Amino acid sequence: MMADMAGTSGAAVVIVGGGVTGLSAGWWLARAGVDVLVLEKGIVGWEASGRNGGGATHVYSPFGLEEQRLWPQMDELLGYPTEYQRDRIGVALSEAQLALARRWAEIGETRGFRWELLDRRQLKELVPNVGDNAIGGTYLHFGGHANPQRTVQAYAWALQDLGGRIQQFTTVTGLSQRGGRVTAVETSRGTFGTDVVVIAAGPQTGAFADMLGVWLPLAPARVEMIATEPIPLMRVGGVAGNGLYGRQTLRGNLVYGGGPHEWINVPDMATPDHANTPLVRNLARRLAELLPGAAHVRLIRSWSGLVENTPDGLPVIERLARPDNVVIATMSSVGFGLSPAVGRAISELVRCGRCEFADLGALALSRFTDTPRDWRERVGWAAVPSAVEAAAGGDA
Amino acid sequence: MRETDPRSIAGKIPAPDRHVPLVVVGAGVAGVAAAIEAARAGVEVVLIDEHPVDNDMMAMDVPLCFGQRMDGSVRNRALMLERVVESNPELASAHEAGVDVQLGTYVWGAFVNGPAVQELPAPMLGLADDRRSWLLGYDRLVVAAGARDVLLGFPGWERAGTLGAAGAAALLTRYRALAARRLLVLGSGALGLHTAALALDRGVEVAGIVEVDARVRGNAATAKTLAGRGVPFFPSHTIRAARGRTGEIESVVLVAVNRDGTPVEGSEREIACDAVCWAVGLVPSVELLHLVGARIRFVGALGGWVPDVDARMRTSVPTVFAAGDCAGFHQGMLTEPDVALAQGRLAGLAAAESLGARVPAETRRAVAATPFATAEVHGHWRAWLDSLIAAGGWEVNICQCEEVTRRELVATEPPRYLKWQSPQMSARSVTTLLRDGPLNQDQIKRLTRAGMGPCQSRRCREQVGLLLARAADTTLDRIPLPTFRPPIRPLPLKVLWPADEPAAMREEWVSWFGIPTQFSPHWTAGMAIDEPTAHARLILSDE
Repeated sequence: MMADMAGTSGAAVVIVGGGVTGLSAGWWLARAGVDVLVLEKGIVGWEASGRNGGGATHVYSPFGLEEQRLWPQMDELLGYPTEYQRDRIGVALSEAQLALARRWAEIGETRGFRWELLDRRQLKELVPNVGDNAIGGTYLHFGGHANPQRTVQAYAWALQDLGGRIQQFTTVTGLSQRGGRVTAVETSRGTFGTDVVVIAAGPQTGAFADMLGVWLPLAPARVEMIATEPIPLMRVGGVAGNGLYGRQTLRGNLVYGGGPHEWINVPDMATPDHANTPLVRNLARRLAELLPGAAHVRLIRSWSGLVENTPDGLPVIERLARPDNVVIATMSSVGFGLSPAVGRAISELVRCGRCEFADLGALALSRFTDTPRDWRERVGWAAVPSAVEAAAGGDA
Repeated sequence: MRETDPRSIAGKIPAPDRHVPLVVVGAGVAGVAAAIEAARAGVEVVLIDEHPVDNDMMAMDVPLCFGQRMDGSVRNRALMLERVVESNPELASAHEAGVDVQLGTYVWGAFVNGPAVQELPAPMLGLADDRRSWLLGYDRLVVAAGARDVLLGFPGWERAGTLGAAGAAALLTRYRALAARRLLVLGSGALGLHTAALALDRGVEVAGIVEVDARVRGNAATAKTLAGRGVPFFPSHTIRAARGRTGEIESVVLVAVNRDGTPVEGSEREIACDAVCWAVGLVPSVELLHLVGARIRFVGALGGWVPDVDARMRTSVPTVFAAGDCAGFHQGMLTEPDVALAQGRLAGLAAAESLGARVPAETRRAVAATPFATAEVHGHWRAWLDSLIAAGGWEVNICQCEEVTRRELVATEPPRYLKWQSPQMSARSVTTLLRDGPLNQDQIKRLTRAGMGPCQSRRCREQVGLLLARAADTTLDRIPLPTFRPPIRPLPLKVLWPADEPAAMREEWVSWFGIPTQFSPHWTAGMAIDEPTAHARLILSDE
């Protein structure tokens, strides 16, 4: 492909957003020999892509089988470590939690994966830090988890190794259109001509869709996680339950999140600071309930990340009909684990207009055509107006 | 009334049990002065200080670098509390002025509403002792958190006995619990000379004062007095290694350095000592100020990253004030304690006035701000680092917690436990990262894990920054401030957890949003894996 160079450094494909979805897409495109440029407003993987639970167990998804096929190969394919580890153990402290864990396992079974139900004794043998409050659990011989920070950097570096380019600290401000196509991407650091644009900008994806006259309902939210000091490695690091997602890292830290989110507004292209709330205490309590043997362990960090959700919580991965050289991609807050597969799907949409390995029908944008513009208010997903906005409103 | 998502955080963070008009964090000179002024103006004040910290915390070099040189008495909490009170007579004045003084209390977090958080009922601090944690609401906050130690690595610095000047001073004075008999001081500025004199006064021998510069940096008369008390000076010297058996420092090998910082071969000399104290500078403790969103900028003459404050010590956050060493530290302040005192009084009065208290004009006029020093300090730290690299090489741990060496840091190597080798990885380094934009310490931290351990980078933050600046051929001020995250004191889960939670917090807890269709198998569209919410009923009602 030849780029229609509107600027001096355009590319055949320009990807807006250096998160895990955009980076994976860029890497797959570069593997296919496509001239690709990723534009990132900050540092690659700096937002939710690099600060999530690292889970890679999404077999319910149309990308689920490809996710499971690809992850064990990713270290080798990328040439950099992702810390991918296979298998997951679900710990249940109540019948309701056990039912949920079983449900998750059974979805895997439907797709041909193996799992076992664990009684308390078996569970405690596998995870000695589990307490007498546990009633049982599940052992999934599928799924897994990786280190998000290491993985996003691996995508970025691998993409560069293949000749792709990444431009950090570059904010996209507009999309130039001519003849029903996007011809260039306007940024804080110049204009980049392009043949195809991929918009994978996380919470800002909706704003870019809007520039193209496309309605993409997205609600941004803030979620929080905690990390402890390292403890001796458990046999399976992928232990979760009691309303927490997360893992033990290969260093030994317990890294977990869960619990209430906060719906917020992201009024411009900047992303607000990663603030935490006293929720970190409730997370600490949940973790100590999950692993009473580790209740004495010290919490050394917490952080938060911004994610976006569509009204049904499912992704939108679509090559638009008009302008027809744009691919829109939001994973609706569940992007990290599926990224190897989704990047491949986006690469196929860019190169041949359709995804060969997965049916994207359920992820079409058309399902939101009738979603009302005030849907966030209607369903209670609206942000509390900030003091700044409230003051501005008062003046008006 | 707006619709609410029962799974969101709305209404689930209760107001703290106690809310006070003014909280002062830190009971040093500045904090006590601020608390007393505000209390005298009629404001209800809580003054919080973490000392005495417990032995486990000290063993992690938190909050200061104690270098494992605490004696057994630090395990006696009652005795330590007594000593902390004894060593700070002003605490009694604060108490008399009506200040609610809370010692042995960690401030591990500050939580405020901002662009991404709107659901907090009030600004609040996270507090804890060694058994439990709680929250304290405030209208105004004075941060007088002091300054923390700056350490630089040399071969053998992991051994017990590597202290920082602030840690050593705390053990010598507040705790009277220094388990060292012969101390070698690194740095000959006012801080080094002050530390040496303090040690001598408390009956600790001083094995020498080492300085990488060609001459003593501090006051000549003070240096002469110390020399008269038998303290040897080693200008134009650096450390080659610390030696000893069983994880203890028993001696240090010094080596003379040329003008360019390279070692003079054959000039090694071994000095017997059981402790080495870094006294090249202190860094303002801006953790809390960062968490409340105060604007922080780099001022070379004030130790590095400091809050922007106005003439009355108010930060960019109108409800938050900063005073004392955390607002900027320079070594001249050691000989002029009036600076911290004046800043504390200013902050206390300004906070009180902003709460509506009436402060007599003459009281305010009596407090004058003292001009600051102008000499930047980081060039000196850099000279030390260069000499240490020249003398000790690159295979020296820069981060003790995560065991990351200087070489591994600048090569951006993945941690050793991954046992990762690939030609692609070997080709990467901070030099290749520089092509993508300015170096960011948080990014390097994630890749190498330097600074990710239990001490929360208290031992390596500055040297990582200096090393990155060196690799990027720039200066420390060009490396962005690495973030601080709560808890800013490493506390056990069972201390941090809340004893009770609002019913809604427990009952509506979900691991991820609770959108019923989010994790439904795609081949069974609409099959909910979770309980339907009001939202689901509305969105899915057409199906």
